[in-house]
Amino acid sequence: MSTPSSAAPWAPPAAAAAASAPPRESHWVKALPFIGPVVLFIVWDLVVRFGLIKAILLPMPGDTLLTLVSGLAGGPLLLDFAVTVWRTLQAFLIAAVVGVPLGVLLGSNERAYRSVEFLIDFFRSTPSSALIPLFLMIFGVSDVNKVAIAAFGALLIVVFNSAYGVMNARKQRVMAAKVMGASRWQIFRDVLVWESLQPTFVGLRSAVSMALVIVIVAEMFIGSDSGLGHRIINSQQVMNVKDMYASILAAGALGYALNILFLVAERRIVHWSGR
Amino acid sequence: MRAAVENVINGPVYADVPKPVFTPGPAGTHITIRGLTKYFAGWPLYENFDLDIPKQKIVSVFGPNGCGKSTLINMIAGLIPIDAGEILFDGKSLEDTKIGYVFQNYREAMFPWMRTIDNIAYPLKLEGRSKAEVDRRMEELVASFDVKFDLKRYPYELSGGQQQTASIMRALAPNPEVLFLDEPFSALDFEMTLFIREKLQEVFMKTGTTMLLVSHDLEEAVYLADQVLLLTKRPTRVAEILDYRDERPRTLDTLSSASFVAMKKLSLEIFQREVRR
Repeated sequence: MSTPSSAAPWAPPAAAAAASAPPRESHWVKALPFIGPVVLFIVWDLVVRFGLIKAILLPMPGDTLLTLVSGLAGGPLLLDFAVTVWRTLQAFLIAAVVGVPLGVLLGSNERAYRSVEFLIDFFRSTPSSALIPLFLMIFGVSDVNKVAIAAFGALLIVVFNSAYGVMNARKQRVMAAKVMGASRWQIFRDVLVWESLQPTFVGLRSAVSMALVIVIVAEMFIGSDSGLGHRIINSQQVMNVKDMYASILAAGALGYALNILFLVAERRIVHWSGR
Repeated sequence: MRAAVENVINGPVYADVPKPVFTPGPAGTHITIRGLTKYFAGWPLYENFDLDIPKQKIVSVFGPNGCGKSTLINMIAGLIPIDAGEILFDGKSLEDTKIGYVFQNYREAMFPWMRTIDNIAYPLKLEGRSKAEVDRRMEELVASFDVKFDLKRYPYELSGGQQQTASIMRALAPNPEVLFLDEPFSALDFEMTLFIREKLQEVFMKTGTTMLLVSHDLEEAVYLADQVLLLTKRPTRVAEILDYRDERPRTLDTLSSASFVAMKKLSLEIFQREVRR
């Protein structure tokens, strides 16, 4: 009963056995992802050092990184960073809590989905930033506004992906449950919801990126006194380029980290995906 | 149904179309199919199709490509709706009958979010059995299938043959009256096919569960069968029903016995006659 392959004489080796024998040039392979960023920093450094771009427009990479690290280590940048994270998370949570159940329900009733499909597709295709003036009229220049518009943009993505996850559930799994005597509700609970998990995660991951984009844009253009977007545009106006680039890098790091976080969560929760 | 209609006051009035007289199958019949009609894209696949499937026998369904072998068992199993006709199990409807179904594509039949053991126990949980009952039945199944792999693993962690073994166990878990097998060996290598074939024969000898097997391999079809059901090209009719009476357990020696070879040859002749027709 230990491994599937040891005791059963008729069993071909289990798929897990393939993960042995590492390639010899593994050191090289591990270093590959760092080559791009290192090259970028060298080029950046040379360009500024030889005066191809004035230092007043582009600071030295080392200085920028220093500003970034010291700013995030308790400096004022940290506060703006935290505010942006908090707004993004609020928008994302609203989108997820409303969007996943809504999407799954719409997906399990195809007629219902078809009747709202145009609306979802239309507003999904509309750049959410184009709706900022509309949201300004509704919510005014408030903190709620930034969260609301980000949540709206993210929501449509979540609804769309969850709904299609249910609609594209493997027909044979549904049939298998049906032939075992599962009721419609049991099929929904035990098959459709699970089948939709993987596309739902794809939706959630795109949604959190979308929420971040909209939050940053809203912080820039909807009267704001905090957040990374506000910091970027503010430091640009006073030509504090070091701070501006540091804030941009902070925003990039945030987006990247959120994406990785969701990828890891997806691999953990939807452990069967792709197998 | 009938009684409910008659109790309605001022209900719709039907012209008296004489219902075809229901003729029961011969003694020992399990599944009776009467007047089965199924159209695909406007063309008849089955038209007024009658068939009796015997109880506690293995029936292999064999026929030309596209004659609807799988469609036939899917209609009996209620996976594909029928356009007209009646299918009864010992006189009962499908709703009152426990069935098991083994798909060709085990990968998309098992639920990868459940451990293999929970997959196998799933039909028992649907029936609302207690945990003790489920555990007892699972032990029985594991013992009778002589399972040597870890059922706590997820299905995708198992080999193809192990997954198909598990899906046969799942189909048999609730002690079904009828077991449907839709090309259960097609996605397996030869070694696995032999193993699962033996297991099916063992289970059949132990339980006598009526089995309906669709196969595209004539040797397989004959080897397990008590009856070989040969179908024609569409619109599909029964070409011939051959009884194959060799003793069980059949072994690899059976494959070279005179009676087996003769049965295979006869089946092949009928098959070719139907293909050329």
